[in-house]
Amino acid sequence: MRSNNNIILETTMKVVLFIIVLFSVYIFFAGHYYPGGGFIGGLMTSGAIVLLLIAYDIKTVATILPVNYRTMTGIGLLFAIGTSAGSLLFNVPFLTHAFGHIEVPILGDISLHTATLFDLGVYLVVVGVTMTIIQTIGEDE
Amino acid sequence: MNNLIILPILIPFVTAAILIFFHKKIRIQRWLSALSSIATIFVALVLVQKVHTDGIQSLNISSWDAPFGITLVSDMLSALLVLTTSVVAFVCLIYSFKSIGAEREKFYYYPVFNFLIVGVNGAFTTGDIFNLFVFFEVMLMSSYVLLVLGGTKIQLRESIKYLLVNVISSALFVITVAYLYSVVGTLNMAHISQRIAEIGQPGILSVIAVLFLIVFGLKGAIFPLYFWMPGSYYAPPAPVLALFGALLTKVGVYSITRTYTLFFYHDQGFTHELLQLLAIVSIIAGVIGAIAYWDMKKIIIYNIIVAVGVILYGVSVMNIDALTGSIFYLIHDMIIKAALFLLVGTIIAITGTSNLKKVSGLIKRYPGLGWTFFISALALAGIPPLSGFIGKLLIVQGGFEGSSYVGAGVVLMSSLLVLFSVMKIFINGFWGVHRAYENEDKAPVKWLLISPVILVILSALYGIGTEAILPYISQAAETLANPSIYIDAVLKE
Repeated sequence: MRSNNNIILETTMKVVLFIIVLFSVYIFFAGHYYPGGGFIGGLMTSGAIVLLLIAYDIKTVATILPVNYRTMTGIGLLFAIGTSAGSLLFNVPFLTHAFGHIEVPILGDISLHTATLFDLGVYLVVVGVTMTIIQTIGEDE
Repeated sequence: MNNLIILPILIPFVTAAILIFFHKKIRIQRWLSALSSIATIFVALVLVQKVHTDGIQSLNISSWDAPFGITLVSDMLSALLVLTTSVVAFVCLIYSFKSIGAEREKFYYYPVFNFLIVGVNGAFTTGDIFNLFVFFEVMLMSSYVLLVLGGTKIQLRESIKYLLVNVISSALFVITVAYLYSVVGTLNMAHISQRIAEIGQPGILSVIAVLFLIVFGLKGAIFPLYFWMPGSYYAPPAPVLALFGALLTKVGVYSITRTYTLFFYHDQGFTHELLQLLAIVSIIAGVIGAIAYWDMKKIIIYNIIVAVGVILYGVSVMNIDALTGSIFYLIHDMIIKAALFLLVGTIIAITGTSNLKKVSGLIKRYPGLGWTFFISALALAGIPPLSGFIGKLLIVQGGFEGSSYVGAGVVLMSSLLVLFSVMKIFINGFWGVHRAYENEDKAPVKWLLISPVILVILSALYGIGTEAILPYISQAAETLANPSIYIDAVLKE
């Protein structure tokens, strides 16, 4: 544990962190119509976690976010493979996507596209890989 | 529309992704990889048969029509190479079980192994030049990991060199694709070929052709660009080395073959002459290395350069005989190089050294190993009933038909020196006085011999069954000699 008192950094971080996470989620969902998408969204989420790492140390962050980032990478890959290989079941070429409109109670009519799930896979892989790199280098003595 | 051709890429990919979750459970890793490997072989066999009966298969990924989306194309050449890759991968995998060691196995050896197969199969199957680059990167990144995994000193040093060379060549690849794109305005290989034919290959396209030769030559180790290979391939353990030696350089060779037969066949006086010159010098440089060394691994590594030279010489002659010979030789060489590296790996497992001067008399205790090595050495040199013969015969025949007597002569002479270099291993290592070696009793020789024996049997069958295989190979050569078959199959006009 570090000895010096980082109260300004820690307090600012607590405010800023949520704005960054929100922005990254916004950018992830905006990807289809505006600049953004899984890659930059994932990078920005990992940026938020890196900010946590700067304010605290690796062990504290691991208790705040008990995530195994390597498993996360695997799950992301499976998402990407699953959405692209799902088209094999419908006997259309690999990676053919589908979309549709559904009614959600509060949001009303929204359009859903399986490309979003592919993007979610990209998002998870990017977060997983970035955090694995940073954690591994950070833990290295 | 035919999703069959994606399966040799998809099956190892899914396996690799699933194996990430079980990286501590070695037993699950082995079983899953072996099962997926067998499934890939099966799918590849079905694919070869399908291409044989129904002609070239193409798949427009995500249902976008040919020049606009990514197209995967399986002609006979790529289907056969995918089949060979799957077989070589399977035997290297079973060899790994008893030789790679638990330390490496727990550290994502099998997932990375599968990713390498994804890259190689993808590079053989794709019909899009930028997608080819992406699959090259998939393959290269996996090879970086396999090369450095274990972290011994020599591996660390050699992977820095390997990484540097490949990062530079990949950058050059991107630049070359950018040049090509700015000239022809498309990335689909069939469409590129059509556009090049329309403008009749002006000077700039010959420049791009030479740039492609440099890029793929760096990956495939042809004459002035092979400098990184003897060192880098010396570092990794035997099954990884077998995988590299059998597959990685052959992807470069395949890419040169593809680009030089599909894109740049209009100005053969310049591009193919250059290719021919480099191929001949590669053969000479390779045999010099092969006879110079007293180290088993180095000898086989230099033999890769010889084989790359022989195959590309056949491609550069560009008549149907030489192309058929090249394809025969390419598949033969993938099988036999894997077998030789695995045999050398077994010898090293017994003796603990790859220095030929410290090894002798192995045949007294290991007759099976000895005779397997002997047969694969004969196959490598091209002795008639075995697999290397027909390929070289057709290449030499094609060379004489194309009045390229020097090249054909060099190919013939190289066989002699190649035979000398591997017989040197046999005579010095297996004959003579038996010595006691440290690891002798610990080495699981019986298990390690399974893989090379499978490969040598395949190689013998390949040689004996030439007549049965010929229709497949000539179908592949026909597509190479006549690009319009490929273009029509992809663009469906």
